[in-house]
Amino acid sequence: MFARGAAVLLYRPQWGQVRNMATLKDITRRLKSIRNIQKITKSMKMVAAAKYARAERELKPARVYGVGALALYEKAEIKVPEDKKKHLIVGVSSDRGLCGAIHTSVAKTIKSEITALSNKGKEVMVVGVGDKLRGLLQRTHGEHFLVTFKEVGRKPPSFGDASVIALELLNSGYEFDEGSIIYNRFRSVISYRTDEKPFFSLDTVAGSENISIYDDIDADVLRNYQEYALTNILFYSLKESTTSEQSARMTAMDSASKNASEMIDKLTLTFNRTRQAVITKELIEIISGAAALA
Amino acid sequence: MAFTFASPTQVFYNAANVKQVDVPTLTGSFGILAAHVPTLQVLRPGIVTVYAEDGTASKYFVSSGSVTVNADSSVQLLAEEVASMDMLDLAAAKSNLEKALPWSDWGILLLQRPQGGQRIPACRRQRDGGREIPRIH
Repeated sequence: MFARGAAVLLYRPQWGQVRNMATLKDITRRLKSIRNIQKITKSMKMVAAAKYARAERELKPARVYGVGALALYEKAEIKVPEDKKKHLIVGVSSDRGLCGAIHTSVAKTIKSEITALSNKGKEVMVVGVGDKLRGLLQRTHGEHFLVTFKEVGRKPPSFGDASVIALELLNSGYEFDEGSIIYNRFRSVISYRTDEKPFFSLDTVAGSENISIYDDIDADVLRNYQEYALTNILFYSLKESTTSEQSARMTAMDSASKNASEMIDKLTLTFNRTRQAVITKELIEIISGAAALA
Repeated sequence: MAFTFASPTQVFYNAANVKQVDVPTLTGSFGILAAHVPTLQVLRPGIVTVYAEDGTASKYFVSSGSVTVNADSSVQLLAEEVASMDMLDLAAAKSNLEKALPWSDWGILLLQRPQGGQRIPACRRQRDGGREIPRIH
């Protein structure tokens, strides 16, 4: 009856889901942007794959080196006496994101460690290697931060980087008794594990009971040895961490590209349906117009 | 003894069975055989000689590092930079030392990796108790 719908006032509420039929232009725009994003994630995946191959290659000797450096602490079973208060946590991560749960897993472990150690009455300070850790922990545990290292993750880590970090730790003025490094240990292309390795101060090692097994050690030699051992442990954790990060970024970008192609497929179908609907609508208009004239 | 000799970038021996190792340390050079008394030492620039089970000796130049002999007779020799002897050239090392002498009295290690067969020079100046001892290896 109401052939010309103008007499009917249609009241559309302004809130709630009002979904107009997406025009062809909207869908085209969306398709283009998702295609661009897919190109970017694909290229990031290629870059991460190349960096991962190199990191894994360099990890092999670094692992032997790191295991050798930690051998003393394991074999001598150095333990910290319970009354030692000062603890240092070094979190190893990087500056860049888009790598899955790399940064959050290290930050989570650091947070639980801080709570556990504070409950035991120890004083804890945190060192962040990589800007992301600072961003994650600054708000809640800002007062525990000693120093942060930036520009991590851009180039593969070298022994020089580890020695810079070790020097800064030793000259920071915070006389820690023991510490632990929290890093992501590389297990395979698709898996890594957040791990913790201990290190000790010079006094703790010198005062440990098992150290007397080792013959002919004077204070100077032990100090040099300790500084070198700290650098070695840091180097090892940096190498493991970069390999985990690149493999995680590779998998993350891979799944992002896959999701993007899924979205593209779905959108292409919607695009074709919409295109056919538009054509059909035009045809109907033409035909009904012609029928009205005839 | 389980002998591990590695630098940050390269592994030379990994828990290998060798007869003897001669190491240059800050307190002097000494040789390590199986069942050596446990000790911790820091290396000074010098030559490490590894005697394999069959008696063949391999020499390596190390810049610095540490050596650990544990109670279970395992030895970990970790060096910061290692060069096998065929990577070093005496003439180039001498000329590099002359260039390095005007520098400050920190130890300067110039160790360039061979590129396309080019010989690498290596020289080390070391500060020892206030005196400067130029060493050419």
